[in-house]
Amino acid sequence: MADRLPMVDKLWFILPEVALFLGVVVIFIMGLSHSKRVRDMLPMITCLSLAVAFGLTWWVYEGSRGQTLLSVNPNLMLMPMVGKYVKMSACAIGIILAMVSVGSVDRRLEAAVAAGHLPFDPIRANRGEFYAFFLLSLMGVMLTCNANDLIWLFLALELTSLPTYIMVAISRPPRVAQEAAVKYFFLGAMATAIFLYGFALLYGSTGTMILTEMQRAFAAQAKADVVNSFGIIGMILAMLGICFKIAAAPMHFYAADVYEGAAAPVTAFLAFVPKTAGMVAIILLLTTLGWSGHPSTGLPEPIMTTLWMIAVLTMTLGNLGALLQRSVKRILAYSSIAHSGYMLIGVIAGPANNGINAVLFYLLVYGIMNTAAFAVLAALERRGQEIETMEDLAGLRIKHPGMAVVMAIASGSLLGVPPLLGFFAKLYLFIAGIQAGQIVLVVIAGLNTAISAWYYLGLVTLPIMAKPSAQSETIVRSPFPWPRIAGIVTAVAVVVLPLFLGPLIRASQAATTPASLTTGVTISK
Amino acid sequence: MTAALLLIVPLLGAAALVVAPARHAKWIALVASTIAFVLSIIMAVRFGPLWTSREFNQIGWVGLIDAFGIRLSLGADSVSMLLVLLTTMLMPLCIWGSFSSITQRLREYYGWMLVIETAMVGVFIARDLIFFYICFELTLVPMFFLIAIYGAENRARAAYKFFIYTFTGSLIALAGLLYIAWQYAKSRGYHWSFDIETLTTFATDMSATEQAWILLALLAGFAVKVPLFPLHTWLPLAHTEAPTAGSVVLAAVLLKLGTYGLYRFVIPMIPLAVVEYAPVIAVLAIIGILYAALICWVQNDMKKLVAYSSVSHLGFCVLGLFALNPLGVQGSVLYMLNHGLSTGALFFLVGMVYERYHTRDMDQMGGLCNRMPVWAFFMVFFVLSSVGLPGLNGFVGEFLCLIGAFTASADNASYPGVLGPWYAAVASVGMIFAAMYLLIMTGKVVWGPLKEPGGHGHAGASRAHGSTLPADLTLREIGVLTPLAILCIYIGVQPSPITTVLGPPIDRILGNYPETVERLAQPDLRPEHDVIQVSGIEQGEPAVSGHQHYSGGADG
Repeated sequence: MADRLPMVDKLWFILPEVALFLGVVVIFIMGLSHSKRVRDMLPMITCLSLAVAFGLTWWVYEGSRGQTLLSVNPNLMLMPMVGKYVKMSACAIGIILAMVSVGSVDRRLEAAVAAGHLPFDPIRANRGEFYAFFLLSLMGVMLTCNANDLIWLFLALELTSLPTYIMVAISRPPRVAQEAAVKYFFLGAMATAIFLYGFALLYGSTGTMILTEMQRAFAAQAKADVVNSFGIIGMILAMLGICFKIAAAPMHFYAADVYEGAAAPVTAFLAFVPKTAGMVAIILLLTTLGWSGHPSTGLPEPIMTTLWMIAVLTMTLGNLGALLQRSVKRILAYSSIAHSGYMLIGVIAGPANNGINAVLFYLLVYGIMNTAAFAVLAALERRGQEIETMEDLAGLRIKHPGMAVVMAIASGSLLGVPPLLGFFAKLYLFIAGIQAGQIVLVVIAGLNTAISAWYYLGLVTLPIMAKPSAQSETIVRSPFPWPRIAGIVTAVAVVVLPLFLGPLIRASQAATTPASLTTGVTISK
Repeated sequence: MTAALLLIVPLLGAAALVVAPARHAKWIALVASTIAFVLSIIMAVRFGPLWTSREFNQIGWVGLIDAFGIRLSLGADSVSMLLVLLTTMLMPLCIWGSFSSITQRLREYYGWMLVIETAMVGVFIARDLIFFYICFELTLVPMFFLIAIYGAENRARAAYKFFIYTFTGSLIALAGLLYIAWQYAKSRGYHWSFDIETLTTFATDMSATEQAWILLALLAGFAVKVPLFPLHTWLPLAHTEAPTAGSVVLAAVLLKLGTYGLYRFVIPMIPLAVVEYAPVIAVLAIIGILYAALICWVQNDMKKLVAYSSVSHLGFCVLGLFALNPLGVQGSVLYMLNHGLSTGALFFLVGMVYERYHTRDMDQMGGLCNRMPVWAFFMVFFVLSSVGLPGLNGFVGEFLCLIGAFTASADNASYPGVLGPWYAAVASVGMIFAAMYLLIMTGKVVWGPLKEPGGHGHAGASRAHGSTLPADLTLREIGVLTPLAILCIYIGVQPSPITTVLGPPIDRILGNYPETVERLAQPDLRPEHDVIQVSGIEQGEPAVSGHQHYSGGADG
């Protein structure tokens, strides 16, 4: 295969990203327009680019060219079909997230101008760059799936994160958001340093940057029974660094503050997009080390122990932390931490036990149900401010019955109440964990679910049953309908998608199919 | 197909309620639940003569997870069928009975009633473990809302306690069931199956230690639901705070999900553990019978009294199940039905008084037979049925349960058991207590000089509260109670059709037991004797140490 140029082949698979990039350029330029009507079109263009990328992804992977490329050159990517699944879900949820974001940035600025806090500035009346960064970050996720070397992986992960720092900073009136952005940025930079150091050690222990070759090097080392300890340390460091992206212990501390500081749509974005990129990166890195398919001897012991401890700590700290909160955003931040812990069960279970499919499926489901919860926060406001505390939600159903029901459905699904979508995702993860023999881990996750019932029930009961508080009386709909529509769409999806569970699960299984990763050795042609 | 329709029709009704105007809500719900009742009768009639045949409606649903063999499959044996009939018969009555008491948020109320009907029927006819669990958990959600929205003052706390208790319990039960499925899959090269029949056959061959752990896990789920003695604390609160129809559904059907779970999973799946620990569970049941009865004795709140009497009565039900002989299990199933009828009716009756006087305090009322003769008639009738007066339904089930426990000694020729006369003797004290507390209540409330709650002279009361109810029962209320009364008499006089149809499935689930009991009775053949000794259950008085083991484990 030496005569083929792998880079050109790889470019074929990033056509959707190229399309998104064109969208980014258009948005940057249009965002400078003097006409407000032009600038108001930006969210629509964002959605349009995502829709195009969605279609392109399908065509690129399912079309004859893509199929040929994949079958001719198995070393092209480590897990080629993960790309199709993750990119399509990222685009689909990206559209919803864009709907949630409509109005959040520009309108808040307008409010600040109207209140006399800021001088009028026509150029900034509608911020094109918000949507451009939004797309760039999603591009980062999509590129992560195609990574076949450490440099690419690093760049893709950073492309996911860097725009989000800016998005946090510009999403709300300066003081709150900037504190959050600075915290997020510095901790993010530290995490990056950690995983970069891990990458360096990985390179040192295998002598290659290319993931498929690294997989072969590790397989050879494992066969000789001497997996390089630098490789192990490098892998652990890389995982710890990526834990920041997925908000897992011990790198989870930023989550509550940053989620609280950013505007609700941005928080929804943070809870899904970097988490997806991080999960994909962890899956790719661990694939190089190889789950051999046997539950106990798959990953090397130290890696397994580290992952296990991260998983347990993450879900327990997440759920216990959420119990103490009064701010809805902080509760959802801790719930996001806890859900990362659940997902790690699937990572530990590995591909042979359907664990990776379960993680991929869970990511999609989590994206849907979590966005529904945040859409409610984005759709309502009090005097131009976001609603935040539990008291704000009390008795929501009197004035905003639709949003109250959306909140209840989202929380029920996050808790995992059958027959909502979240239940099936969790069940899938748990069965995968059990199949891998991780009974203790699954039992801990079950107990955590029971703990989480307490605060999720609060989110269900307050909007539906409680009497309106003095605070919640003053809550009105935000002037843009799109966050409401997004909330309703996602809530309906949570209820209706279980009927289409078969196709969804099959899609997640197809994502991990070429069996190369279950054996730990690339199939030779 | 009937079975699938039975699940769909109430859901369709609930969906219709979302769009229908509120004033039609109750009629839509009544019609949907009545259609479901008719469907269940059709299903019962097509079940074949004597219901000895089994109907399997397997529907390979497009939905569920193929990789793990999770399917939607439905079917029923005669026990399921009877419980389905109980459910579908009670639901229209519950809905009809709520016409006057529910005045706000009508659509939601009737919607949740229909959703809970689907969930309950689903539990009884599920033939797939995961589908069973989905329905089992789904019952929580509507009941949570019914209590939390329409309940009395303490409703939020009651609803929370109810949800968290049962949710946690059933998660642990799910872990136990998944463990069985995992072991099955492991032995078949990871071809998962969640078919209840398959897993039942498989689980019986597991080791005694494994079975003991599974028993513990399953008890966490089902004993909370029943509820068995140390886990019963959610029940009085939930019952007392729930709206009348909610209490009826809770008592009549939701508690039966626990005993049905014991019947469907615990007894047939893990015989070794059941034989080993049946005495422990029986002791817990007896403690529940006596303890709850004593609590009833000192209650002033009528509804709380009936709620605690449920704990006491369900103790008999569990005792009969763990007698491990056909008499006991038949009695237990019969008791499930009877308790549904009589206690359901008692909750209706308490609710009817509450609607008129807005109190349930027995000290504030007395001699109501003077004011409400028809109500008094039904009250006395259902109290007698609940006490177990021969000739009415309660007696048959209670008697069979006790006789089952009595004859479940090791020297019984056909079905040797692990209980014995002592268990039955102590438990039957509970019957005497039941007579005392229920008759004391009747004496206070029904007989004696007329005493109406302070400031609630009847005519004034109804006007003050804008209630249009007359002093005595309306025709609607009589219509709700009459079918229940007729069934009580029928089962009391002629229980044999029911016991006959119960025979074959009960014989099947008890098939392994005589041999297992024989084998375990000989000490040198006990499997994994050392393991059991290490766990500390076997040392000292088995019942007492085992009891501590269980209460500790299940609470944690």
